[in-house]
Amino acid sequence: MNLFLTYLLSAIPLGMTFLYGSTGEILTEKVGHLNLGVPGIMCVGGLCGCFTAEQLIGSVPPVWLVTLSILASFAGGVLMGLLYSFLTVSLHANQNVTGLAMTIFGAGLSKYGMYNLTKGLLDNEASTGEMVEVVKKSTFLDATAYFRYPFANDEKLQYCGVMLFLAILIALICSWILKYTRVGLHLRAVGENPATADAMGINVTGYKYVATCIGSGIAAMGGLYYAISYAGTAGAYKDIEALGWLSIALVIFALWRPHLSILGSVLFGLLYVANSYLPQLFGWKTPLYATYLFKMLPYVVTIIVLIISSVRKKREDQPPASLGLSYFREER
Amino acid sequence: MHNVEKKAREPLFHVAKRDRIPLWQSLLIRVVAVLFALLLCTLLAYVLIGPKATPGKFLTQLFEGSFGTERRLWIFGRDTAMLLCLALALTPAFRMRFWNLGADGQALVGALASVYCMFFLGGKLPNGILLLLSLCASILAGAVWALLPAIFKALWGTNESLFTLMMNYIATNLVIFSITKWFYPGKDSMKEMAHGHLPQVYNQHLLVILIVLVLTALMYLYLYRTKHGYEIAVVGESENTARYIGIHVGKVTLRTLILSGAICGLMGFLQVSAFDHSVTAQTIGGLGFTAIMVSWLAKFNPLIMIGTAALISFLDLGGEQISTAFNVNSAIPSIVIGIILFFIIGCEFFINYKIKFRTAPKTKGGAAK
Repeated sequence: MNLFLTYLLSAIPLGMTFLYGSTGEILTEKVGHLNLGVPGIMCVGGLCGCFTAEQLIGSVPPVWLVTLSILASFAGGVLMGLLYSFLTVSLHANQNVTGLAMTIFGAGLSKYGMYNLTKGLLDNEASTGEMVEVVKKSTFLDATAYFRYPFANDEKLQYCGVMLFLAILIALICSWILKYTRVGLHLRAVGENPATADAMGINVTGYKYVATCIGSGIAAMGGLYYAISYAGTAGAYKDIEALGWLSIALVIFALWRPHLSILGSVLFGLLYVANSYLPQLFGWKTPLYATYLFKMLPYVVTIIVLIISSVRKKREDQPPASLGLSYFREER
Repeated sequence: MHNVEKKAREPLFHVAKRDRIPLWQSLLIRVVAVLFALLLCTLLAYVLIGPKATPGKFLTQLFEGSFGTERRLWIFGRDTAMLLCLALALTPAFRMRFWNLGADGQALVGALASVYCMFFLGGKLPNGILLLLSLCASILAGAVWALLPAIFKALWGTNESLFTLMMNYIATNLVIFSITKWFYPGKDSMKEMAHGHLPQVYNQHLLVILIVLVLTALMYLYLYRTKHGYEIAVVGESENTARYIGIHVGKVTLRTLILSGAICGLMGFLQVSAFDHSVTAQTIGGLGFTAIMVSWLAKFNPLIMIGTAALISFLDLGGEQISTAFNVNSAIPSIVIGIILFFIIGCEFFINYKIKFRTAPKTKGGAAK
């Protein structure tokens, strides 16, 4: 039972990375834009946040450090979203290709930046005991404790930091906006049929830009969350891209509803770390090679869910009707 | 009130679709876009790397990467060929709007199948038969990996881009699993195998380059000169039209994806038998995504693809050369490629659309209407 709790307390926080990514992607897809750049955007968000934390640590109070880092990663995401929406909304570029280019670029940029940030950290990660001596030596990794507030010192709950609750809060707010507000209604109208929305007097371009940019900003925060709050290691940035792809898959799993995405992200988290807990939990003795079979689990389950949701074909569970199509007013 | 409405301001410009653009103009737009992108890259390098990366040095190093020495030229040829091979594999699928994002995985299982054959049968069979067997296994593995998503797409319209994407990660884990279980227990990389090397013509690169060139020609003929190619084009243009004229869409989907996966598998086979002689999770290393770009940039035309593949390989090798020359980490190629892609994607707009600026009120008699 105790082990199961540990499993859960490791899986839920990891899942929030997916939640950030998928909430952002849902917002974007709701206005009809399939943003395959989310993995890249998450990488950039991680870079911007960590860079800000590195610059500010020691000079501002922890509250400001955390807030500003989160804002920085959000801003980084918004910039990437702006680039994406300029290309796909204003210049009517192909969304798949633009998204993939964003991922190539974002992953490269973050690899470059994070490598410089973590230079020298990777080799002697274990010997952080000497950090007390030299005050100037503190790095963005020391901010992990602030991000894990209020449970930083609790061995079991340590991963449940402020950003975990923030993720759930954002998902719930997005769900509420999409379902119950006028803005949400307009947003969905743009994604379902932009020409009709345009005729109604809704500013299609404006909605597309704003939703895509905010969505990218939210997704970007997922990168920061994983790098600094969940993992808190120097090499963590290398995993973000793969997590980003799973976030996109989670959108379909959650049927384009952010509140369902909360459950989905927990499930994905459970599957993602299954290889280190499941065998123990059931008392299996598994050799090293078997862990790689467990690592396939999240992907296999995603595929199964994809198939099931396509077979069932319920009307309200379908993607936005104009997803992936570019809208040009003069085209009929 | 009425008067005010009549004076409504005409926007500064409006956008209209172009009918057709002369080839030289569209080429010019693209070249200008690439030049702008390179300019931005040099500026960015100056900011990121520091004053030692002057624009002149940056550009010379960029060219050094592919054309510096004879060896580099061969590597440039090889990289172009491998990228071209994957792009060719994706093209038939893309022409029918099947977004196959799984070239990585399909090539990787192809490579894995070859390694299985070479590892377990190497030394027990003559080299020629072993190679033939590996080739068949690779093609089969790649085809199966692409066929799975295609079956579900054909039956229920399951989202193919995510399906194929997930298959990539399954393939990656399958490779590490196989290495740790059989090839080199306890490690996640393996030693080079002694058997099953592709014979060398002049050097190890030339034969592969020739094979891919032949494949390019064949693919061009297949897509533009056969009934199959025509069917693919019709399905891509409109599924309803295809159904109306009696094309079985499901059958075409399956057939095309088998072809697509098979060529990916072939690429995996070439990679293993000609160069690597082993397999790791990084054997394909994201080339599948780059290949998507190569195919799209060439407007899904195999002959133009030679050029786009060469451009991307050139940037990749140039970026690598820059990172060694200026002693920075190896992420430079993807940044450079990313920027160039943004510009090329953006410039498509100026090829497909034209911007009409507001004409002066005097010449046209009244701004409104």
